[in-house]
Amino acid sequence: MERDISDSRNQSANSLTLSLSLDKQAVTMSASLFRATPVARSALRAASAVKPAATFVRGKATLPDLQYDYGALEPYISSKIMELHHSKHHQTYVNGLNSALTTIAEAESKGDFTKAASVAPLLNFHGGGHLNHTLFWENLAPASREGGGSPDGALGKAITTEFGSFESFVKQMNAALAGIQGSGWAWLAKDKAANGKLALITRANQDPVTGNYVPLLGIDAWEHAYYLQYENRKAEYFEAIWNVINWKTVAKRFEA
Amino acid sequence: MVNLGSIWQNLLASQAPLQSMTGNATTMAGLATYSLPQLPYAYNALEPYISAQIMELHHSKHHQTYVTNLNNALKVHVAAIASSDIPAQIAQQPAIKFNGGGHINHSLFWKNLAPAETPETNYSKAAPSLAAEIEKTWGSFDEFKKAFSAALLGIQGSGWGWLVKESTAEKGRLRIITTKDQDPVVGGEVPVFGVDMWEHAYYLQYLNGKAAYVENIWKVINWKTAEERFQGSREDAFADLKALL
Ligand SMILES: [Fe+2]
Ligand SMILES: [Fe+2]
Repeated sequence: MERDISDSRNQSANSLTLSLSLDKQAVTMSASLFRATPVARSALRAASAVKPAATFVRGKATLPDLQYDYGALEPYISSKIMELHHSKHHQTYVNGLNSALTTIAEAESKGDFTKAASVAPLLNFHGGGHLNHTLFWENLAPASREGGGSPDGALGKAITTEFGSFESFVKQMNAALAGIQGSGWAWLAKDKAANGKLALITRANQDPVTGNYVPLLGIDAWEHAYYLQYENRKAEYFEAIWNVINWKTVAKRFEA
Repeated sequence: MVNLGSIWQNLLASQAPLQSMTGNATTMAGLATYSLPQLPYAYNALEPYISAQIMELHHSKHHQTYVTNLNNALKVHVAAIASSDIPAQIAQQPAIKFNGGGHINHSLFWKNLAPAETPETNYSKAAPSLAAEIEKTWGSFDEFKKAFSAALLGIQGSGWGWLVKESTAEKGRLRIITTKDQDPVVGGEVPVFGVDMWEHAYYLQYLNGKAAYVENIWKVINWKTAEERFQGSREDAFADLKALL
């Protein structure tokens, strides 16, 4: 018989997690996701010395806590979007990252580097998804608190120097977001190879910002980031999100 | 027509699938204007597997935007040809590919869907020769379905999954492929049927549960269309569209 929609929707929540057995520890909220980063890096150096399993377990990626409630970014980003985006989408990247890392660790212990290398696309996708979303949550704040406005100080000056004015920067960033063909992100980044000059860059899917670029401010242009509220009107989402940008975080990253 | 030699020829070649859809296009001074094809069923006809709200937005907004942006890009492109501005011509190519691909993909997609439990969605009755080839290739329909579903769920970002028939090397052989964003299947294969894996195709109904969307899409695959495309040539797959409009 045909399966009814609500029934199959429940089942799907499980099959979505890449058939990973969900480690309870991974769901436990923990201080910082950056614990995962060194592991991701060492996994990329696939041929590095075999690590004891304990090191790997300590480096398990976990879903970071939001510093505000799901409803705190309303009316610009709805509570429902925030809840799904954080508790489902981001969680799936965390699970996928841990799954990829487990596969790599197991392959490494058997000396099966072909297998380890074959996981690289999953590591990039889920590792990138985890990093990008963690940076993104910290980039946002309620409009009633730090959210919105425009940056002053060194960051404000650098934006004016690079983009002409704050308004012009917003316009250019929105154009970059609108121009993404498919899923991806737009970032304001600092270019270490050019004396910390600011740059506007886009990344496809969950490709993380790496290399000489230091990510300062990222905006998620995947449809899941806005669809429940803005549907196909993504330009309205790109306009609205400036009301909840946490410039304090951006400035801290810029000055670091 | 302005003679621009090989550049124009290459462009025409790359737009072959669009050219065959000009049944719904008006030609003005060499510039085709594409329009949104009508759906062969009502917006709510695919319920409960795809909601009326999704179908309406997907067709009347998303597909329309690809059509509109394709026409705009072609207009700029033709002007750039007229003024012999090669950089400006090249600059339009990503927009032509993305929006032209979006137009092609969605046009094929609407036609390869049909209301559940109709003669069109009856796999073994509506697609006897395709079914035989699927079973020859994957062993059984269930194995094929498993492989196709896994390919869909493995897409990282926006994209499509397609069952294609090879039309050059290994002619006639079936293959499952995925394409990113709106890249169209224009490598010479015959697109038998496609499934849209952009989040806009399922999010309002399935939210992050894309596996349920993939499970349910099988209820509304139009096997009659798939059989026709399988038996036909690549040109037929696109010409078929034209006849609909
Ligand atoms: Fe996201
Ligand atoms: Fe679509």
